[in-house]
Amino acid sequence: MARPHAKTDAVAATAELTLVEAVQRALARAMAEDETVVLLGEDIGVDGGVFRATDGLIARFGADRVRDTPLSESLIGGLPVGLAAMGFRPVAEIQFMGFIYPVIDQIVNHATRMRTRTRGRLSCPMVLRAPYGGGIHAPEHHSESMEALFAHIPGLRIVIPSSPAKAYGLLLAAIRDPDPVVFLEPKRVYRAAREAVVDDGGALPLDRCFTILKGSDVTLVSWGAMLQETLDASESLAGDGVDAEVIDVATLKPLDMDTILESVHRTGRCVIVHEAPLTGGFGAEIAARLAGEGLMHLVAPVERVAGWDTVMPLPRLEARYMPSVSRIVAAARRVLEYA
Amino acid sequence: MTTVATFEIGYRRILDPDGTIDGAPPAFARDRNTLVALYRWMVLCRAFDAKAVALQRTGRLGTFASSLGQEAVGVGVADAMAADDVLLPSFREHGAQLVRGVTMKELLLYWGGDERGSDFAGPRHDFPVCIPVGTQAPHAAGVGLSFRLRGEARAAVCIFGDGATSRGDVYEAMNVAGAWTLPVVFIANNNQWAISVPRRAQTAAETLAQKAVAAGFDGCQVDGNDIIAVREATAAALERARSGGGPTLIEALTYRLGDHTTVDDASRYRDDDEVGRHWKMEPIARLRRHLVDAHGWTKAEEEALIADCAAQVEAAAEAYLATSPPAPASMFDHLYEELPAEVARQRAALLRED
Ligand SMILES: Cc1ncc(C[n+]2csc(CCOP(=O)(O)OP(=O)(O)O)c2C)c(N)n1
Ligand SMILES: [Mg+2]
Repeated sequence: MARPHAKTDAVAATAELTLVEAVQRALARAMAEDETVVLLGEDIGVDGGVFRATDGLIARFGADRVRDTPLSESLIGGLPVGLAAMGFRPVAEIQFMGFIYPVIDQIVNHATRMRTRTRGRLSCPMVLRAPYGGGIHAPEHHSESMEALFAHIPGLRIVIPSSPAKAYGLLLAAIRDPDPVVFLEPKRVYRAAREAVVDDGGALPLDRCFTILKGSDVTLVSWGAMLQETLDASESLAGDGVDAEVIDVATLKPLDMDTILESVHRTGRCVIVHEAPLTGGFGAEIAARLAGEGLMHLVAPVERVAGWDTVMPLPRLEARYMPSVSRIVAAARRVLEYA
Repeated sequence: MTTVATFEIGYRRILDPDGTIDGAPPAFARDRNTLVALYRWMVLCRAFDAKAVALQRTGRLGTFASSLGQEAVGVGVADAMAADDVLLPSFREHGAQLVRGVTMKELLLYWGGDERGSDFAGPRHDFPVCIPVGTQAPHAAGVGLSFRLRGEARAAVCIFGDGATSRGDVYEAMNVAGAWTLPVVFIANNNQWAISVPRRAQTAAETLAQKAVAAGFDGCQVDGNDIIAVREATAAALERARSGGGPTLIEALTYRLGDHTTVDDASRYRDDDEVGRHWKMEPIARLRRHLVDAHGWTKAEEEALIADCAAQVEAAAEAYLATSPPAPASMFDHLYEELPAEVARQRAALLRED
């Protein structure tokens, strides 16, 4: 699979972009290089998406390829399966992850099994994008982190960018990937910061975790919006002379356990941080894998810092739900102080 | 109150249960060869269904859903299709699949629990059967959209049951097909039952065809035991779809003469009288009567056709039974185009079990 990593420009524009702008650039790039890329979703056309992720794309690529669908989530899940089987590369947007649940039927029953059940005769190169996560004081049902629901589905890829450059490179890779990808965009980070993004069509690998910060005392593993809290925690720990390594998982499925194991081999200690509820969260998978494959390297129990096992609270309490820097620092200390 | 919109649902039957032709039949209904070909497909389908049930009863096939009594729907619909149209069938449309070119061996492989049965050699772009009821309808909209985007004069044909029309997916698909004028033909195979739930308990709607009205396009009913009406209505809907006229819903009224599947016992919820009444309306005897009365179909021709179908079915069953199971590791081989390292390790672990 050389194509996903290929750069397509010799000279490319570099710009300071927000994450949502980087998503828009990646979509535009993918549509320009491949006319089978078609966007589908609610309000993605003239309105450019409620978060503006498809801003300006209808003007550039036309209403045939940037299609406002009816308000119809089962359809937004199923229509791409038909398009993809006929050789298109649909990128469907669910407006908020809270409305993605009808789509799970299509992902489990069709998108991820079309290749298997036809022995490769038909396949499903679709991308399902959705903004997800809390911290922006959104209404009820708009703030959950349900990535673990998807992690259980065979045949799927789950990708969560944590920064503008990651969003650009990973989304391009997701669109070029020949199989279904769920691409979850941490909406708290959509406009939180700018980062230099080279719009050269260069994709990032979908089978790798990224080591953001090198360190030797403890491994902090996270993804999506929680990476910021995790980095802040590492800074706070550094003030006390603790040298933390920070890993951005980025692609949850398939999981690059090798990178995490290699790190824990050096540090002997690990804290996993995610916004989603604790029980059955994706951190449990990483912890289980560490117990199974990394036990001899561990010198302390693995800690998970996660959302509580509660219904995601409405905005007045959401800050008390989300893992905070102090919670992460406290967990790291427990791990570091373990005899 | 003023009337702002009015709608009508038409009903069409051409071939009566007594084998006579009524009304203004389409040209093909006068052509002996065409009628014999349709008849042959229906007889083959019934022989196939009977063999599949027999194989299941003797432990040589998995759970199977027979299309006994409904042969005119699948055969009539598929016969009207062009080779490059795309069929998206439910799990009870063996007749349609056979006409499309799926082999009986492939069908038996699928129902015998082998994915290779859906890797048809024939209609490479047709969809495999759909078990989650109605969930293939959105795919049909997607297939239709692909034709629109490429400017191809092709159509998607989606067949589902009466029960499926209660599902949101089916409505969502019809709704978008109407909104976008997609080349999709929706066939509601109304066999009066969804396992044990009768059509009347499924919806208060007078007809299923009128569900198209809410989605902004035409729906009609046909006698689903009249293969001439099914084929005529499908051909007209396909023509409209291919020429940019958008979708159609055809409700084909038929009856499930058998159990829901081989693990169902229909006597728990419906009486034999009802089934007996419907045996008098079934599609094969009807067309045979017509062939005999109007086209001099002979006993010798009938016997030869039945023997030929039986031989084909037997040969297919033998070929199926002689097929060895797929290699265990094949369950990994089409999971992704390229198996991720993670899952490749599991594949290796499976191989080590041997
Ligand atoms: C979504 C879904 N719900 C339930 C079932 C179990 N089930 C299989 S067939 C069936 C009835 C389907 O009725 P209908 O749509 O009329 O088709 P028919 O079986 O009569 O051909 C049910 C409830 C299923 N396969 N899929
Ligand atoms: Mg039914």
